Order: sequence, then structure tokens, then C-alpha cells
Amino acid sequence: MTLLAVERIKLFTTRSPWWCMVLALGLTIGITAIIAANWSDSPMPVLGAVFTHTFGLYVIMVMAALAVTTEYRFGTIKSTFQAVPDRISPMVAKAVVVTVLAGLVGLASAFGSWGISMLLADDTSQLALNSGNDWRHVAGVGLVYAAGAVLALGIGALVRQTAGAVSIILVFALVLESVVGFIPNIGDDIQKWMPFTVVTKFIFGDPDPSAIPDGAGPPTVGELSPWGSFAYFAGIALAIYIISLVVVKRRDA
Amino acid sequence: MIEATGLTKHYGRTVAVDDLSFTVESGRVTGFLGPNGAGKSTTMRMILGLDRPTGGRVLINGKHYHDLHRPLRTVGALLDAKWVHPNRSAKAHLQWLAKSNNIPNKRVDEVLELVGLTQVAKRRAGGFSLGMSQRLGIAGTLLGDPQVLLFDEPVNGLDPEGILWIRQFMHRLADQGRTVFVSSHLLSEMAQTAQDLIVIGKGKLIAQTSTAQFIKDATEDTVKVRSPQLDRLRQLLTAEAAKVADGTADNALIVHGVEAAHIGELAARHDITLHELSPQLGSLEEAFMQLTRESVEYHSHD
Repeated sequence: MTLLAVERIKLFTTRSPWWCMVLALGLTIGITAIIAANWSDSPMPVLGAVFTHTFGLYVIMVMAALAVTTEYRFGTIKSTFQAVPDRISPMVAKAVVVTVLAGLVGLASAFGSWGISMLLADDTSQLALNSGNDWRHVAGVGLVYAAGAVLALGIGALVRQTAGAVSIILVFALVLESVVGFIPNIGDDIQKWMPFTVVTKFIFGDPDPSAIPDGAGPPTVGELSPWGSFAYFAGIALAIYIISLVVVKRRDA
Repeated sequence: MIEATGLTKHYGRTVAVDDLSFTVESGRVTGFLGPNGAGKSTTMRMILGLDRPTGGRVLINGKHYHDLHRPLRTVGALLDAKWVHPNRSAKAHLQWLAKSNNIPNKRVDEVLELVGLTQVAKRRAGGFSLGMSQRLGIAGTLLGDPQVLLFDEPVNGLDPEGILWIRQFMHRLADQGRTVFVSSHLLSEMAQTAQDLIVIGKGKLIAQTSTAQFIKDATEDTVKVRSPQLDRLRQLLTAEAAKVADGTADNALIVHGVEAAHIGELAARHDITLHELSPQLGSLEEAFMQLTRESVEYHSHD
């Protein structure tokens, strides 16, 4: 518990987490507000309220990566390991604090976006959260942000540099996963196993047929069920995070 | 007490610390002296468990650093005063450090008072001058009221006032019976701070001795002689087994290992005219450079 308090103090006594949280919420809820205000001709579906969740995901992943890389950048990681020489427990405490925060931001972002859609959309008849699938579309964003944070923490601890870690996250998520689809013959098969592509199925996949005409929702790919897609993404995140712990333990600080 | 036994650290093919064994006694200020790149910081990082030794071991009060329970209560170390998040306040920096070792929050205010930073406790540490950063770093080392204190080049880059403050502070810590281990590349600084010295060069132990003894052994008095009959004098002195070197001025010799009076008598006996016969006191810095010349990693070429 003590170490959780330590990491909480560390995180909230610098400015970047606050900026990242404001940016994540502003981007997702703000753009959803524009979408909702301009949604016409048909009732706005629940999915429409969470289209923007990926923007917030990238920002929150940057926040998580920064939580580790700034410690290396400013040498406070050495003070941390001086204070707690086993190294693993402070890194795990940091992961718990950052992941819980990321999950809360995800929930705030999703329910905030959903709430503003309720206020601004013309026809809200399909926006009510009536089924498990509806709840997954919205509340699932919290889980995706939390898992994304774990992945970013792992990458941050492995790379130890802000620029490197942020580039890897953004280039992978925004460029590489799309470009890989252009490889002849095997491109599509690779793409449907790329983690960020797969995890969108957890949010967007299998909507209630009553809410959205068949095939009209955002495209989702992958062999897995929505929950399987999340498990796949979370599994990759956890694997990279655990590798980073092993490396941090062995490497000179 | 800190005990290093056969401590070795390789970075790839570079040997940073080479089979280093030494003991730092309790209740004294021990200087850790060596030229830049001698392996002082690497050794200190290994003491603190930040770097993993390639060979050998180092124990603090008989324990590895990572086996210490709440280590900040046993060892306070300041390796780099800039290891602070620049946007975090001085107080917040100390608060998380204190919390990590279950040190009560009121101790944060005490150490801030102790180093004279109470007025600026809420200011962001990134805006601190080097002197203030050093004070904040020292406040961090004192949080757990530890018996063992490590400082790596604490006076580097400080103004004379800051240097004096740190020097007096260390004496006060040692007077309280603590073990103080402080590194420097300046012998003159160590001569005023440390009672014992551990001298290393290129990662190897050169000497472990008291400061007074080290200075006595290291500084060698020489005699400067000027004479119109220099060659004759040189022959006579060499025959006496004195070490003779050419001086910087014309017609001058620098003589090692023979007293000035003896040279005067020798010259008189052989009818040699002397224009100058002056004993030269060895300087500390020269002596130190003499000792570590072989072990300086990067020479400047004249």
C-alpha cells in the first residue's frame, strides 16, 4: 500500500498526467459532441458515441509511457531503486496506479461521450444502454484504456526514452497496422492479428442487430469474439509488461 | 562500514572497476579519490545496487544493499543532485522518497529546515540553482537519519560558499558518529574534508591510508639548483644516487632525494659556483597527478 501511495504522489505532483487526462477527455467527448450534434436522418446508435475512443487511447498510452520514461529521463528511477532495491514492487505499484487511472479515464471518456450524445443527438431512441452488448461498447473503453496503459508501461520501461516509446506506440498503432494490410497475399491475414486492430472489435464488434442495420456499423476484423479480442490485446500487453520487468530487474539502472 | 572485496565491473570490453578491495570505517570521513573516469561513480553505483558487479561484492554493515530493510534508514546517498523531476516541488520530491521507506512526513520539513530550503519548499526543483539542488539532494540523504552516507563529487561546480557549507556539513555528520564516504577528483578538497583516503586510478586501488600519511608519502621535496658548471654538478649528483632532472629555466636542475645543504657542501668541495640553491615544496596536486599519471584514462596532448 505504501508503494501505491508513493507512485500516486509521483504521478500527481507533475503536470503531464493532468494534461494528458484533459486532452484525452477533451478529444473524445469534444469530437463526439460534434458527431452527435450533426447526426441526422437516423437514430444515433450507442456505437456512434464511442467512435472517438481511439484518440483518447493513444493519449492515455502516451501518459503511461511518460510515467516510466520521465523517471529514466530525470534519474528519479535511480532514487526509486535506491529506496526500494527489489525494483519489481515499485514498478508493479506504478502499473497499478497508472492502469487504474487509465481505466477511470476510459470510463469517464466513454460515459462522457455517451452522455453528451444523449444531450445533443436529435433522435436518442437507440442510445439507451439496454443490453450487455450496449454496456460493452461503452464501459469496455475503460478496460481497453487500462490494457493499453499496461502495454505502454512495458514499452516505456524497455525503451527508457520518451521520444522512442511514444514513436513506437504511435507509429505501430497509426501507421504499421494499416500499412501491413497492403502486403500482397498475406497482408490481410497478418492485419487481423495486429493488437490495435483486434481490440477495436471488442468495442465495435457484434452490435445488437436491432440498433444497427447489418453491416452498417464500423468495420471490425478478426477471428475472435469481442471478449476474445480483448483477452488477446490484454495478453499481449501483459506479456510485454512482464518482459519489461525481467529486463528492468537484470539491467543496470 | 562498507567493505568491497574484489569488486569488478566491465562494460562490454571496457573495464571500469578492476578487482577493487577496500574498507570504509564507521565514524570517519573517508575520501574516495581518483581522476575523472577512474571508476568512482561506478563503484558507488555498485555499493547501492544500481549496477550489478561483474565480479566480487560490496557489503554495507555486512549486508548486500538489496537485503537492507528500508534502505534509506541505513544508507543515504547523493550520486547526482539533478536526479529530481524538474516540475515537482522540492517538498513533493522528498515526500515520495520519505513515503517509500515509511519515514514520517514531518521528517520532510525537518530536513528541509536542516539544509535551509524551507522558504523554497513549494517551488519546482527544476528552477533551483546547482547549490540549491545539492542542498535538496543532501536533504534526501538525511531523510532516514542513516548511519552511512555516500556523496559523489558533492562540491563539483559549486561556488566557494557552497563548497564551505558542504564541507562543514560533512564534518558535522562525521562528528555525530556517522560513516561518510565522499568522492572527489581534487586532492586539495579531500585534504580538508577527509580523514582517510581510498585512492583509485583506472578502476584499480592505488592507496588506502590516512590523508595525512598519503600527503606525506606523496609529496616529495625537491631542490632547484642553478650553476654555470651544470654538467659537472649533474655528474657528481648522479654519482650520489640523486635523481636529477632538467629544470624549466636555463642552467637549472631539479634534484630529488638530496637535501639542499648536502648539495651546497658538495658544490663547495668541488669548487662549483652556485647561482641558486632553493628547496621546493611539493604541491598536493602535483603529487596526486604524479601518482595517478599512469592511470588517467584521457590524456591531453601538448
